[in-house]
Amino acid sequence: MSARPLLSVEDLRVDFATPKGVVEAVRGVSFDVGREKLGVVGESGSGKSVTGRAILGLVRPPGKIRARRIEFDGIDLLSTDRRTLNQIRGGRISMVMQDPKFSLNPVITVGKQIAEAYRLHGDAGRKAAKRRALDMLAAVRIRDPERVYNAYPHEVSGGMGQRIMIAMMLSPDPDLLIADEPTSALDVTVQMQVLAILDDLVTQRGMGLIFISHDLNLVASFCDRVLIMYAGRIMEVCDAKRLNEARHPYTRGLLNCLPRIDEPGGNLPVLNRDPAWVDQRL
Amino acid sequence: MIQVRDLSVAFGRGAHAVRAARDVSFHVAQGESFGLVGESGSGKSTVLRALSGLLTNWTGAMTVGGRTLGPRRDKAFYKLVQMVFQDPYGSLHPRHTVDRILGEPVAIHRLGDADARIARALENVGLGARFRYRYPHQLSGGQRQRVAVARALILEPKVLLLDEPTSALDVSIQAEVLNLLERIKRERGLTYILVSHNLSVVAHMCARLAVMNHGAVVEELTVDQLRAHAPTHAYTRQLLTASLGYDRAAVERFEDFAESA
Repeated sequence: MSARPLLSVEDLRVDFATPKGVVEAVRGVSFDVGREKLGVVGESGSGKSVTGRAILGLVRPPGKIRARRIEFDGIDLLSTDRRTLNQIRGGRISMVMQDPKFSLNPVITVGKQIAEAYRLHGDAGRKAAKRRALDMLAAVRIRDPERVYNAYPHEVSGGMGQRIMIAMMLSPDPDLLIADEPTSALDVTVQMQVLAILDDLVTQRGMGLIFISHDLNLVASFCDRVLIMYAGRIMEVCDAKRLNEARHPYTRGLLNCLPRIDEPGGNLPVLNRDPAWVDQRL
Repeated sequence: MIQVRDLSVAFGRGAHAVRAARDVSFHVAQGESFGLVGESGSGKSTVLRALSGLLTNWTGAMTVGGRTLGPRRDKAFYKLVQMVFQDPYGSLHPRHTVDRILGEPVAIHRLGDADARIARALENVGLGARFRYRYPHQLSGGQRQRVAVARALILEPKVLLLDEPTSALDVSIQAEVLNLLERIKRERGLTYILVSHNLSVVAHMCARLAVMNHGAVVEELTVDQLRAHAPTHAYTRQLLTASLGYDRAAVERFEDFAESA
C-alpha cells in the first residue's frame, strides 16, 4: 500500500427514516483502501452493500449518508460539487453490481453501452470508443468481441453478462472498483475466471478493489484484507490469509457454521449472536 | 427406494430441441441421502422435477418404493414423495397464513385432525405456535424455509426431494436448516435427494453423489472419494478445485467442458 490511501472513510453512517422509526444501516464505519483487494464480508442486513453504495453517494432517500470524511485521492466526496462527483463516479471509481440482468439496458446492444460509458468519461470519438469497447471485451476474455459487441443483453449468458459489466466499468480505467457480490450469481468455475480478471487488474494496473461478498471462504482466498461487518459495524479487520486465526466470536461463528468438503457431516455449530457486538468499539 | 434409468427430458422439437437430461441413471437406497451436483443448465433440477412429477415429457424408467412411475402421479405418490424448493420467498403463497399453507395438504389428503398435525409440524421444524397465524412476509428467509419443510413433512412422506434448499439463505441460517434436515432424516429414516450447486453442502449432507454436466451424469462417486480428492473425471476435478476457493494458477488450467457429453 502506498503512503496515502486511495480512499479513506471515517465514521460513515447511513440512516433510513421509516414509518417505524430510523433504521441505522451503517453505524460508524471507518476504513482505508489502497491499491489492494479489500473484502467486505457480512450476512444480509449487515450494511456491507449500503457501505459500498454510500461511498459513491448512491443511497436513495429516505436514506441519509453522514460521515466525518470520505476522501478519495485528496477529494472530499461529501462536500465536492456535483460536477466533480459525476466525473469521479463511473470514471475514477466505478461499481459492479450483483446481477448483470438488471444493470444492462435490455434494448441497447452491449457494445454501444460500453462505448457510451467510455465516451461519458473522456473525449473519445465514436470510433475510438468502439475500439476501446472491443479491447475491453477482449480484456475480460470474451472470445468473439465483435459478435458480443453487437449482441443484446438477453443474448448472452450470466457469466458473459457479468464480464460485460466489468468491461464497461473498467473502460474509463478507474482507480477504484467497488464490486458488490459480482460473482454470486455465477457458477463456481465462471466465478473463478471472473475473479482472475479482477485480480490481474489489481496486480497489473494497480487498481484498488472493494469486494463485497457474503462468501467468507471466497474472500479469504481472493482478497488481501477483510472487513467483517455485522449490524452496520465493522467487527474485525484481518489479513485474508489469516482469517482462520480470526478472534471475534462473530467471525469465528461464521467460519464454523460453513459446511466443508474435507470434513465429515454431523451437526454444524450454529451461530449465537451476542447483542453486545452491536455496541462494541473496534 | 428410488431407481432412475435412462431418464431423458427434451424441451422443444426437432433441430431446436434442448436435451436437458440425457440418459440419467442412478439409484438411492432407503434412508440414504443422494446428491446431484452441477452448474446451472446441467440438468440437475430437471431430473428432480421429472422425478417429482412436475415435468411430464420425460422418457426412461423410474420407480419409487417399488412402484413404477408414469407421467401422471396419484395422491398416494405425493403422500410418499414431497419436495422443498429453493426460494422460500416464491414457494409460499403470499396471502395464505402459515396455518393455511400447512392445512392445505392435510385437507387434500383427507388426513383429518388438521389442528394437531399443524401444531406438531411447526414444533418439529423449530417454529413455535406463535408463527402459526403469520403471513410469509412476516417471516425471515430461514423461517420461511422451515415452513416449507414443515409443509413437506406434514404428509409424513418417506422421500424428500430438496432443490437447493439453502442457497437463498445466509450461511448461519443455512447451518440451522441443514441441521434441521439432518435431524428429521435421522428421526424418521427418510430418503433424501439433494440438488445443489454447492459441493460443500452436498458433501456435508450426502454419502454419495452424481456430478452432472450438460444434462448427463459425468461421474458418480462417494463423498469419501471426493474428500480424498480422487474424482476420476476431469470435470469433477475442476468443479472441486473451483469449490475450494480462489487459486489464480488453477484458473489458468480451467477447461471448457461445454458440449463434451
